[in-house]
Amino acid sequence: MEQQHKNKNPIIFAWKQSIPVMLGYIFLGIAFGLLLQNAGYSFLWAFLISVVVYAGSMQFVLVTLLTSGAGLLSAVLMTLFINGRHIFYGLSFVEKYKKMGKAYPYLVFSLTDETYSVLCGTKIPEGMEEKKVFFWISFLDQCYWVLGSVIGALAGSYFTFDSTGIDFSMTALFIVIVVEQWQGAKSHFPALLGAVCGILWLIVLGPDQFILPALCSCVIILLLARRKVFWAEEVA
Amino acid sequence: MNIDTGYSVAVIAVVSLCTILLRAFPFLVFGGKKEVPKTVQYLGAVLPASIMAVLVVYCLRSINFTGMSHWLPAAFSSLLVVGLHLWKKNILLSIGLGTICYMVLVQIVFV
Repeated sequence: MEQQHKNKNPIIFAWKQSIPVMLGYIFLGIAFGLLLQNAGYSFLWAFLISVVVYAGSMQFVLVTLLTSGAGLLSAVLMTLFINGRHIFYGLSFVEKYKKMGKAYPYLVFSLTDETYSVLCGTKIPEGMEEKKVFFWISFLDQCYWVLGSVIGALAGSYFTFDSTGIDFSMTALFIVIVVEQWQGAKSHFPALLGAVCGILWLIVLGPDQFILPALCSCVIILLLARRKVFWAEEVA
Repeated sequence: MNIDTGYSVAVIAVVSLCTILLRAFPFLVFGGKKEVPKTVQYLGAVLPASIMAVLVVYCLRSINFTGMSHWLPAAFSSLLVVGLHLWKKNILLSIGLGTICYMVLVQIVFV
């Protein structure tokens, strides 16, 4: 490790840190681009969305919102629910980011799940400026994501192949996240609660209406069950 | 397919703005003081797992049990993703093979 860090160029150091995200973002970006193109949107839309929204899971849901003609209010609510977790990433960087100078607004904007996890695990070599490394990791990550989505959208429009079922990549992404959270969780109550609320509201209200009531009931039940679940989280 | 440009831009702008506000929220609200309310910390710890489970249900919302072709491809591919991920713990492999499996099932096997 020491040998690798002899190179004092922060861009190269940042790139090395970002390699795992590079593979994931290009691949998932392509899946998003294909999905978006499939819904009738060109690569310019893919570029625009990946630049201004830049949120993996939410962009997949955004395609569903656009194709189903969802209202703006439900777009707001869905974003708050799906990206609400980002609040908690920022919490750990509140102190650190104050010293980041000009890069500060961009670092806040680009704090995705993956960038957060890379930044948490990055040890800055001696003599290298932390803010440069943080900026380049964040920026490169977004470049991969934008690149992947544009490639996906272009591939979808230039190669005519049957992309029926490509939307399962979103399902697979969420299943993978659930499996990872399940293995790391001290209490399985929240995940089971989500599944039960989701299925019950789906049966009651049908596929078009159920998600917001399901998410709201999760929040309410988690707050009511707070003592029980919190106890499990703290003790374990 | 025709795209309603104005509508699409509006939805994208709303989603973008909300995402930015969420990411900026802790810096704006907790930037000065150090202590984060206990309730917020608690929801931060437990809510993501619930949300992701709901999202899986959301993705699988259109399956029904009127015929094998309406549920078997999604059910089998989902189990494959879970199995692959428990086994190899490789995100790209799990998502890639799961998606290919689903595409093969809906395009070739259950036409």
